[in-house]
Amino acid sequence: MSEIRSELKYLSSHEWARVEDDGTVTIGITDHAQAALGDVVFVELPEVGATVTAGQEAGVVESVKAASDIYSPVSGEVIAINERLADAPETINSAPYDEGWFFKVQPDDLEELEDALDAEAYQASLSE
Amino acid sequence: MLNQTPLHAVHQEMGGKLVDFSGWSMPVNYGSQIEEHHAVRGDAGMFDVSHMTIVDVRGPEAKTFLQYLLGNDVAKLQTQGKALYSAMLNPQGGVIDDLIVYLMEWGYRLVVNCGTRAKDLAWIGLQAKDFQVEVQERPELAMIAVQGPNARAKFHSLLAASDVAVAEQLNVFSGAFLSGDRAGWMVARTGYTGEDGYEIMLPQEDAETLWRTLVNAGVRPCGLGARDTLRLEAGMNLYGHEMNDEVSPLVANMAWTIAWTEGRDFIGRAALETQKAVGIRDKLVGLVMRERGVLRDGYPVLVAGSDRQGVITSGSFSPTLGYSIALARVPVEIGEQAKVVIRGKEVDVAVVKPCFVRNGKPV
Repeated sequence: MSEIRSELKYLSSHEWARVEDDGTVTIGITDHAQAALGDVVFVELPEVGATVTAGQEAGVVESVKAASDIYSPVSGEVIAINERLADAPETINSAPYDEGWFFKVQPDDLEELEDALDAEAYQASLSE
Repeated sequence: MLNQTPLHAVHQEMGGKLVDFSGWSMPVNYGSQIEEHHAVRGDAGMFDVSHMTIVDVRGPEAKTFLQYLLGNDVAKLQTQGKALYSAMLNPQGGVIDDLIVYLMEWGYRLVVNCGTRAKDLAWIGLQAKDFQVEVQERPELAMIAVQGPNARAKFHSLLAASDVAVAEQLNVFSGAFLSGDRAGWMVARTGYTGEDGYEIMLPQEDAETLWRTLVNAGVRPCGLGARDTLRLEAGMNLYGHEMNDEVSPLVANMAWTIAWTEGRDFIGRAALETQKAVGIRDKLVGLVMRERGVLRDGYPVLVAGSDRQGVITSGSFSPTLGYSIALARVPVEIGEQAKVVIRGKEVDVAVVKPCFVRNGKPV
């Protein structure tokens, strides 16, 4: 059983989004996704300052097994990326919701997250 | 309903992530395939390879039969237990399978691939009709591969003194039977990782105990994911990738396995001779990509000076090297650089011999 955090929002493509106290959004991939991918070896993250659009590719996560596009759950400006992942991509496997975060966005409109799945709905999508 | 080896329950117990491998439920890893890979290169790891097919060949014409059946010449095997690596070819000069064959007291033992089992047995059975031989599959034997610089020592720590003496004297590519309660165990100094170690063929009822005892002796269970990155680093072919029924050994880095003994007719010989006369246009090379990213099976290889493309036959991330490597079948005109098309983008790669790691170190 993969871990799902109740306070997060999700995309069916296995990204999670966390709204921080300052209104920014932290994004990563779920426990289900990291388990399916296997050992991650490289991550291609957007550049700080770049614009991302909800539902569009923002980066790539590459494991020994496969390469997988990462989609952003929100539109906005990338204000931070997780530099640690360049040297320690395995952090994504060991801590997908914590130290394994990918990038942070200053969102244009937090209401975009209404379209994302809540924990229950994401869980249900996994059982299909 | 997938086939299960005698170790299936143990794999589940030890956290094996089970996948369908050619109709068998096998562990792809027990957590991190990269950590398992490092364990083999640096210490000792083990693989359940019971899904592979063991075939014994006996009878007065066993040698003559295999000299006809195989691309390599079993006449080279002079001492009991000695083995060689060979292709089994079809009349068109394509590879039906690759295998290891051991000279035994009573004939020969072949170890062939799992995915090709039905095809191989049908072919061998058909060819055997013209010879006084008996071909017997040994499905009741399990097989465990123990690999790494400390593998042999850790296995020896489980054995009786007389068996240790026998095992310690084994040359590379040789096998021997143990004694006493383990008289049915054949220990072969072979492997598919590029490290020293053993492949142990034993009665299936002994497999679980051996596996658990090896874990206690400090040997790490490893899955098929690590097996693939290890063999790729060692430049070892995987049937269905580097070669298949339609691919000649001469373009799969297997020309060295063909024994052109004068007067020995073998299946596929005429076709290979024709191929050589016409000219060989492709070869198997190694590719190395030092930029971030992973080379994968099927990616096209662009070669300056040729209007033909090459293709990656096996690609992966190399845990020992820290970057991506691949084997590729390419036009012979290839130089020291080439380009690979990765998801629509052309990336530079270096062209090297098809072997990347030897004795645990980059070549």
